[in-house]
Amino acid sequence: MTNGYVDIKNTDMMLIMGGNPAENHPCGFKWAIEAKRNRNAKMIVVDPRFTRTAATSDLFLQIRAGADIAFLGGVIRYAIENNRIAKDYLANYTNAAFIVKDGFKLPDDGLYSGFDAATQTYDKSTWNYEAAGPSAAAAKPGLPPNVNSDLTLQHPRCVFQLLKTQYSRYTPEMVERITGIAKDRFLKAADLFTSIRKDGDMKKVATIMYAVGWTQHTFGTQIIRTAAMLQLLLGNVGRAGGGVNALRGHSNIQGATDMGGVFDIWPGYLKVPTPADTSLKAYLERTTPTVSKPANWESFNYWSNTPRFAVSLLKAMYGDAANKENDFAFHYMPKVDRNYSWTQLWDQMYRGSVKGLFAFGMNGVAIGPDSQKNIEALKKADWLVVGEIYPDETSEFWNSPGITKAEMKEIKTTVYRLACAGFAEKDGSMTNSARWLQWKNIAVPPPGQARLDQDIVAQIFLKVRELYAKEGGKFPDPITHVTWAYSDPQHPSLAEVAKEINGKALGDVTDPKTQQVIKAGQQLPGFAWLRDDGTTSCGNWIYSGSWTEAGSQIARRGTEDPSGLGVYPNWAWSWPANRRVLYNRASCDPEGKPWDPTRKQIWWNEKTQLWTGVDVPDFKPDSPPKDHMGPFIMTAEGVGRIFAPLAAFADGPFPEHYEPFESPVGNALHPAQANNPVVKKLSTPADKYGTTGEGFNVICTTYRLTEHYHYWTKNNPMNVQLIPEPFIEMPVELADELGIRGGELVKITSARSYYIAKAFVTKRIKPMNIDGKKVYQIGLPIHQGFRGIQEDEGKNARTLANRLSPTVVDPNAYTPEFKGFLVKVEKA
Amino acid sequence: MSQATLNIRRISGHAGTAPGAGVEREEQVCKLVDTTTCIGCKACEVACLEWNGYSFRDTVFQNSYQTMPETAWNYWNLIKFNEHEREDGSMMLLMRKDQCMHCAEPGCLEACPADGAIVQYMNGIVDFQQDHCIGCGYCVSGCPFNIPKFNQHTKKMFKCTLCADRVTEGLEPACIKSCPTGCLHFGTKDDMKELAETRARQLRDHYGFDKAGVYDPAGVGGTGVIYVLHDVTNPEAYGGLPSNPRIPWVVKFWKGPLKWIGNLAMIGGVIGVTLHYLRFGPKQVAPEKNGAERP
Repeated sequence: MTNGYVDIKNTDMMLIMGGNPAENHPCGFKWAIEAKRNRNAKMIVVDPRFTRTAATSDLFLQIRAGADIAFLGGVIRYAIENNRIAKDYLANYTNAAFIVKDGFKLPDDGLYSGFDAATQTYDKSTWNYEAAGPSAAAAKPGLPPNVNSDLTLQHPRCVFQLLKTQYSRYTPEMVERITGIAKDRFLKAADLFTSIRKDGDMKKVATIMYAVGWTQHTFGTQIIRTAAMLQLLLGNVGRAGGGVNALRGHSNIQGATDMGGVFDIWPGYLKVPTPADTSLKAYLERTTPTVSKPANWESFNYWSNTPRFAVSLLKAMYGDAANKENDFAFHYMPKVDRNYSWTQLWDQMYRGSVKGLFAFGMNGVAIGPDSQKNIEALKKADWLVVGEIYPDETSEFWNSPGITKAEMKEIKTTVYRLACAGFAEKDGSMTNSARWLQWKNIAVPPPGQARLDQDIVAQIFLKVRELYAKEGGKFPDPITHVTWAYSDPQHPSLAEVAKEINGKALGDVTDPKTQQVIKAGQQLPGFAWLRDDGTTSCGNWIYSGSWTEAGSQIARRGTEDPSGLGVYPNWAWSWPANRRVLYNRASCDPEGKPWDPTRKQIWWNEKTQLWTGVDVPDFKPDSPPKDHMGPFIMTAEGVGRIFAPLAAFADGPFPEHYEPFESPVGNALHPAQANNPVVKKLSTPADKYGTTGEGFNVICTTYRLTEHYHYWTKNNPMNVQLIPEPFIEMPVELADELGIRGGELVKITSARSYYIAKAFVTKRIKPMNIDGKKVYQIGLPIHQGFRGIQEDEGKNARTLANRLSPTVVDPNAYTPEFKGFLVKVEKA
Repeated sequence: MSQATLNIRRISGHAGTAPGAGVEREEQVCKLVDTTTCIGCKACEVACLEWNGYSFRDTVFQNSYQTMPETAWNYWNLIKFNEHEREDGSMMLLMRKDQCMHCAEPGCLEACPADGAIVQYMNGIVDFQQDHCIGCGYCVSGCPFNIPKFNQHTKKMFKCTLCADRVTEGLEPACIKSCPTGCLHFGTKDDMKELAETRARQLRDHYGFDKAGVYDPAGVGGTGVIYVLHDVTNPEAYGGLPSNPRIPWVVKFWKGPLKWIGNLAMIGGVIGVTLHYLRFGPKQVAPEKNGAERP
């Protein structure tokens, strides 16, 4: 979230799309209700189903799954046409005024300039700004240091005009054809949402909330981009009650990404090195951005500190073994030579190249996509280690439905099932969607032989290190030199790990301005103290400041909120630097005065010549407004990117509507280019994709219920009694057509597999008219499987919902398309 | 649920006044359920089970998120889900937390023939005392909300206690404590009434629900559980909430006129017998004719 859960209470307008917070984030949803109760805030919900979130909304629109960019693009067009945009914000805080290179082409035919059909990739050199002045001639690849701009936003190639042209095609009629939302309903929503900028008023604020309903598409990243662009256009980013707010699906999923839990980032969102980065210098040169801006503006370009963050991380990893002479052990770090994302790992296991899997805190077979492919992949693995608190589908893939005793004997995979501690049986911190690191204490000790995850990982690591030390091997140093300075190496305490992540001074570190000194061995007060000379170590720069010499900041439980804005500065600790709302410089006008005096977050203090306020300023604290430094300090431009230049995205600098990979209709915008052009199919025999021609003509979207937590609570009697059985939500009209009544069994089949469950016949999903074609959507909760209370008693269908979903992913984040694939529906 | 520490206002099947009545004035407690902010998460259902020590029961999918049709003897709190289409065709999913309404004039208590099986405390909570319950089930006929439920094994009646055990210790009921959105409130009846009216006004003024209002039916003297409804003229849409609940006339007649007619008949009988005695004296039993000479 750019903002936080509590901050939602400050909003005047909510757009909830691609998420169902009432059901999946009920405690956070409290603040949406608070905004309604205390501010008369309005809530618009756009979803394929009328959810329990929709039940509390003021306007609900049923959208076809996967048509989100068309809807949001239509709202962008509406805002521009009706002059409901934040002009000053747009010109000063975004790249709307930047002029784009000649030769850049918008996707009238579905393709941006530079597409290479053979490789399904783009040459992105035209996706760049026009260089200004003398540097124009010597323009190197990369962003130009000086950019041509037009503050009147009239230049035909300025970002704003391109934006206007791009979305001029997203008329209400076009929105209706693609989304299935009737024109008048769409206009009602567009009018309501943009009403906060009626008559140029800047006081009101709107927020957008989303979850995996946006990410799980073959254009998921671009949906979120569209939302961000809309929020920049309306001047809602950086402001209390505004922002673009990702509601994360697990208590610590934010922490997992922050700590580099995906293959293409290091902790703190540093880029991973590739084989081309032959030295630390080469890596840092490639990954450290340089300023790119109009001549009379300033850009802080905070990522220019990348070398400090990266070297401190290497020092945390390798301690004394990382020094200036050996490039801070940069050569120890793995170089990522290809895509190692989730579906690729399973694909490679299926193909036989990945031989083993550690599965902790997740149920890979149930998660899918294409659970059967994952089961087939595990059959080919040599070994599988599962750390869990219940016997789950992954650790019992060999006993999945359809496998005979004879087949079972053929499976050679050795499965190690390790009993782990549950969340209440261990201490540690979790990072929530609002970026708060919150420490928790242990409630009860782990039962029986169950062990702490960190103990298991530590003991495996120490054993492997012992083997490397004894037997050598090709390259033992990256393993043998890892810092492991915990007081009990076999049982590392998480408090020690948290302190290590915060970072400490290895030599005396001096602040050049204040001459304050942090002595060697002391915890660092924050990331401003990180150095690239090896005198500091830090496991994750954005977490620096969370465990200082003053103690654990993440265990704080202060409930003071002096501003009344829900900042709660002394409750836990929010990255970065305990800042609660990101980009909060943008909450003020260019002169440094809050847009809305009743919601003052930070402001420029003329007397002290400093930015000050109730939140920690997300800005260079002494940069006066007259210097015109951009408020988005994490971009090289210093401004919000309405146009995302160069390699920022694989599939275009502006979002464009593409059809889901399996779609019942053609693309109304450009029939010749229906899908996202850079999305590739996988090619094993398991990877099958369905078409309407083969009879797959009902849209299926997966979802989660408030009564259950993923694949876990089917082991808890309380949750099971609330929703005892799997079901499939379908419209009354579809059920009538097929002669199905509520509670009867239905079979749904995709190109991959089939699934049988009881029909939940409901009026809450209506048949849709998509470009003249009648289209049905159904909803598929994913919780049940073949291990659980009901499953073990034989009361459930014993199959996994994700047997149906396709292995096809977003080209930027590699998230599978669980929302909106094609199925057949019949009476079972 | 016996609560010796609570002052009793009324007692079922009991002659004379309740012990301690009129000694002390207590605030009426009240639960406010704002159906317009309920998200149907069922946290209150689980909290109710856990606090009251009831465990897992088998449920079956019912073509709804609601997995049982009514509350049960060991399931006192159930959210009723109702799909509802408004006149303009727009959809609503009405979610109402169903439980004992703790009527000011409780029909169950009125109907109950067992001395002390149902009590109404001074704070308004209506509570079943299973120790005194005879399992006759008359309370069911007295309740316009279909709340009291029979336990086949113990042959006793059960229902929501409004967490009388928690309330007497100064805690809010378990359901209130668990509600994540704050759609449940607990306090004095006056405060809850005011809060509810304020919310209903907001719904009318800002959210286009012209008929929004507070459900606190007069037919049972008002209730200790009140609802904010989007449309107070149509409570039936919320899973059969009666528009005008009353204690059934049978119960009223039986415990009212019939009781007095019965009493009169009984007293008349006693008077008649007495007069007969005075006039004719004790009945003389004639000696047996041929029974005297028994061996």
